[in-house]
Amino acid sequence: MLGYIFKRVLYMIPTLFGMSLISFLIIQLPPGDYLTSMIATMSDSGQAVDPAQIERLKEIYGFDDPFYIQYLKWIWGIVSRGDFGHSFEWNQPVSGLIWGRMGSTLVISLLSLLFVWIVALPIGIYSAVRRHSIGDHVFTFFGFIGLAVPNFILALVLMYFAYRYLGQSVGGLNSPEYAEAPWSLAKVGDFLAHLWIPIIIIGASGTAALIRVLRANLTDELHKPYVITARAKGLPEYKVILKYPVRIALNPFVSAIGWVLPHLVSGVTITAIVLNLPTAGPLLFRALVSQDMYLAGSFILLLSALTLVGMLLSDLLLALLDPRIRFN
Amino acid sequence: MTDPAEDVVLSVENLSIDFRLRTHILHAVENVSFELKRGQTLCLVGESGSGKSVTARSLLQIVDRPGSIVGGRILLRNGGAVTDIARHDPDGQAMRAIRGRRIGLIFQEPMSSLSPVHTIGSQIIEAVRLHSDLDKRTARAKTVELLRQVEIPNPDQMADRYTFEFSGGMRQRAMIAMALAGNPDILIADEPTTALDVTTQAEILDLIKRLQVERGMAMLLITHDMGIVAEVADDVAVMRFGRIVERGPVDAIYHDAQHPYTRQLLASTVKLTRHVEGRVPAVAASAQPQQPILSVRNLGKTFGWHGKTNSLRAVDDANFDLYPGENLGIVGESGSGKTTLGRLILRTVEPTTGSVVYRNKDGSEVDVTSLTKKELRSFHREVRLVFQDPFASLNPRMTVKEVIGDPLIINGLAKGKALEERVAELMRLVGLDPMGMERYPHAFSGGQRQRIGIARALALDPRIIIADEATSALDVSIRSQILDLLLDIRQRLNLSFIFISHDISVVRYFCDRVAVMHRGKIVELGEAEQICTAPQEAYTRSLISAVPNPDPRDKRMLHRHRFVAPVL
Repeated sequence: MLGYIFKRVLYMIPTLFGMSLISFLIIQLPPGDYLTSMIATMSDSGQAVDPAQIERLKEIYGFDDPFYIQYLKWIWGIVSRGDFGHSFEWNQPVSGLIWGRMGSTLVISLLSLLFVWIVALPIGIYSAVRRHSIGDHVFTFFGFIGLAVPNFILALVLMYFAYRYLGQSVGGLNSPEYAEAPWSLAKVGDFLAHLWIPIIIIGASGTAALIRVLRANLTDELHKPYVITARAKGLPEYKVILKYPVRIALNPFVSAIGWVLPHLVSGVTITAIVLNLPTAGPLLFRALVSQDMYLAGSFILLLSALTLVGMLLSDLLLALLDPRIRFN
Repeated sequence: MTDPAEDVVLSVENLSIDFRLRTHILHAVENVSFELKRGQTLCLVGESGSGKSVTARSLLQIVDRPGSIVGGRILLRNGGAVTDIARHDPDGQAMRAIRGRRIGLIFQEPMSSLSPVHTIGSQIIEAVRLHSDLDKRTARAKTVELLRQVEIPNPDQMADRYTFEFSGGMRQRAMIAMALAGNPDILIADEPTTALDVTTQAEILDLIKRLQVERGMAMLLITHDMGIVAEVADDVAVMRFGRIVERGPVDAIYHDAQHPYTRQLLASTVKLTRHVEGRVPAVAASAQPQQPILSVRNLGKTFGWHGKTNSLRAVDDANFDLYPGENLGIVGESGSGKTTLGRLILRTVEPTTGSVVYRNKDGSEVDVTSLTKKELRSFHREVRLVFQDPFASLNPRMTVKEVIGDPLIINGLAKGKALEERVAELMRLVGLDPMGMERYPHAFSGGQRQRIGIARALALDPRIIIADEATSALDVSIRSQILDLLLDIRQRLNLSFIFISHDISVVRYFCDRVAVMHRGKIVELGEAEQICTAPQEAYTRSLISAVPNPDPRDKRMLHRHRFVAPVL
C-alpha cells in the first residue's frame, strides 16, 4: 500500500509539470500581454503613455524573452524559493495574494463536500428503498430543480431571502464591520452566519447529482443476491441495507472528493462573483481578463495540484472501501 | 386435521402467492402443499418461471415486492409447538428469529450471493453472532470450524479472504457454511450447483448430502436438473405454472410418472443421455473419403509474457480436423480453454502459435492465422458464431428484422424488400413466425431468442458454425428442441458445427466426435459414444462419472471416479 501511494505521488510530479506548462502556454496564447492591456486601458481613459517607460517596463518584466525563458524563470522561482512571481495588477508578490484565497477556497470546498454528503446520503438511500413513494417524488422534484436552476440565480434568490427576511448582511464571508477585525468568537459567529448561503448554493447541484447517482446505484444493488443472503441470515432490515448494498453503492460519494474542487473553481466562478466570495474563482477570472499572467498561472498550478491531491485521496479512500480495487 | 408424523418439521398447506403488477395480478404460486421431514430431501423440480424459487423464498418471508402470500399456511414445528410463518410480519422480530436459525438458505449464484466487500469470515461471524450470544473470538473459532466442515483448506486464513479470491466451488462452500451458522433444522438449497462445473457440482452435492445426514436436517432442494433429483431426492414435487402437478417418492416419479408434464420432462432429460440417431447430412454420409474443412495444428495461446512464471497457457498445442457435415464437440470445465480455442479459430483472439487451415468451397486452402483484415472478413462470413446468453447477445434496441438482417446489411448483400424476404426465410428456417420480425427481442422467450441468434448466424450461408455454450442458458425441454433444430439445419444446409459446452449430455446427444479439454490441452479426442461410455483418460473418466444420471436406481455420481490433477 505504501509503495502504491509513493508511486502515485511520484506520478503527480510530471503531471503537475505538464499542467503548469499547458496553463502558462494558454495564458500566453491571446495576443499581447499585461502591458498592452494596460496601455489600452490608459489610452481609453485619455492618459498619455510614455513609450520610454513602456520599454523599461518590458525589460524589467522580461516580456521580450521567448516563451520558454519566461516559463523557466517562473517555474525556477517556484521550485527554488517559493516565489510565484509578481502580480502586475496588484503590484505585489503573487504568493502574498494567493494563500488567503486558496485557504478560503479549500474551506468552502470541504464544507460544501460535507454538506453534499450529509444531505445526499440519507435522501439517496430513502429514495432508492422507497422508490416511487411520495417522498421519493418530492425529493426527485427538488433534485431536478437543484440540477436545472443555474447556481447564480439560486444565489440571488437566497441573498434576497436572507436580506429581506433574516435581515442579514449578504455577500462575502464576513459583515463589513468584521472585515478588517482580528479573529474573535464574534467574528467566527459572523463567518458561520455568512457561510450557509454559499455552501447551500455550491452544494445544491452536487447534492442533486449525487442523490440521483446513489438512487440509481442502490436500486441496482438492492436486488442482488447478496442482499437476500443477508436478509435470510436474519439481519434486521435497516442493517441489511446499510451494511451491504449501501456500502457498495457508496463509491461515487468518495469519487466526489475528486471533482468537487475543480467544480468549485471553474464551475461556480459566476456564483462566487455574485456572492462576492473571497475565493480563487473571481481573482483568477480578473487575472485572466487583465492578462496578469503570473497570478493566473500560479492559481491554475495550485488548483491543479489540489485537484491531483483530491483525486489521490479519493482513490486511496476507494481502495480502503472496496477490496476489489485494492487487490487489482 | 390428522396428526402429522413425528418427523415432519415443516408443512406447507395450500400456499398461494400473488404478484400485484401494474396491469394485472400474477398468480406465481397457487395452492401448493408439501411437507419437509427430518433427515429427508424434497426436490422441487420445474423449469424457469414455474414458481419454485418464489415458493422457497416465501418460507423465509423474503419474497420481493410486489409479491405477497395471499393464502395458505406454512407450519413450522418445534417439538409440540407449531407456528404459522405465513402469519408473521416479514419485518418482525419473530420472522428474523426463524431466518438463519431455523431455516438456512443456500442459493444459485455463488458469484453474487456473498458481499464482495466483506471478508468471508466477517459474513459468517455475523450470522453466527446473530443467533447466539458468543463473543467475537468464540464466534470466529466457530466460523473456522464451520469452514473446516465444508472442507475449505486452511480455514483460519481463508476466513480473512474476500469472495473474489475464491473459486466458484469454494464460494458455494462458504455459502453453505454461512447457512449452517445458525444450526438450522431446515436447509433450503435453491439451484445450489447450477453455475458450477460437473465435478464441482458432484462434490458440492456430496457435501450438502453428508451435512444433511450428519445434522439430521430436512432439505428442500430446488433444481431444474432431473439428473440431480435422481441422485439426491427422497421425495419429488414437480412444479409447472405455479402449481405442483405431481408429488411422490423419487422412484415412483421416475419409473411410474402419472402426469404428462413429468413424463415430458423426464423424456427430454433421458433423450439427452443417448446419441441422436440418423439425420446425417448428405456430405458426411457419402462414401468418398473426405477432406477436412478445417484443420487446426499446434494451435496455442499464452497470456502474459512467454516463459515467465505467471504466464498462462490458455490453449496448448491443440490439434484436430473438422470434416464437412460433422459436429465436433469440445467439452471441458470452466477455465479449460475451450472458449479461447473457439476464439482462436475465428481469430478474435490472436493465436500465439500454430495454424488453422480452412478449405474453401473450391478446394483451395487458406491459413487463417496469416489472413489480412480484409480476408478475415470473408472468412468470418463462412464461419459464424452462436453465443451462450440469449438475453445479452441480442441488442434490445434493434428489432428482430434488424438483428437477423444485420450481417446482410454490413456485408452489403441485401436491402429493402430482398432483405425482408431473406429474414422471413431465415425465421421460418429456425421455426419462428416471420410476422414477429418487427418486434423487439424482449417480446420473445429464451428459447425463441436463441432461435433468433441462430437465424442471425445463418444469414450469410455459413459453412461452419461455432456454438459456444449455445444451449446452457435454456431449460431442458427447450434445450432439446434447439439441439434438434440445429441438427435439422445441419442436414438441410450441409453445415459443420464446433459445439463448445461444459454439458456432457448435450455433447453426447449432438456431436459425432468429442474433444475433451483440461487445462488448455486436448486430453482425449474420439467418437462421442466412445468418450461417453468408454473413456480412456483418467480425467475424462472423472468428468463423465460426475454427470448425474437421471435414474434413482442407478446413482452414478456417488460412485464416481475422482481425478486429482497433478500439481503444475
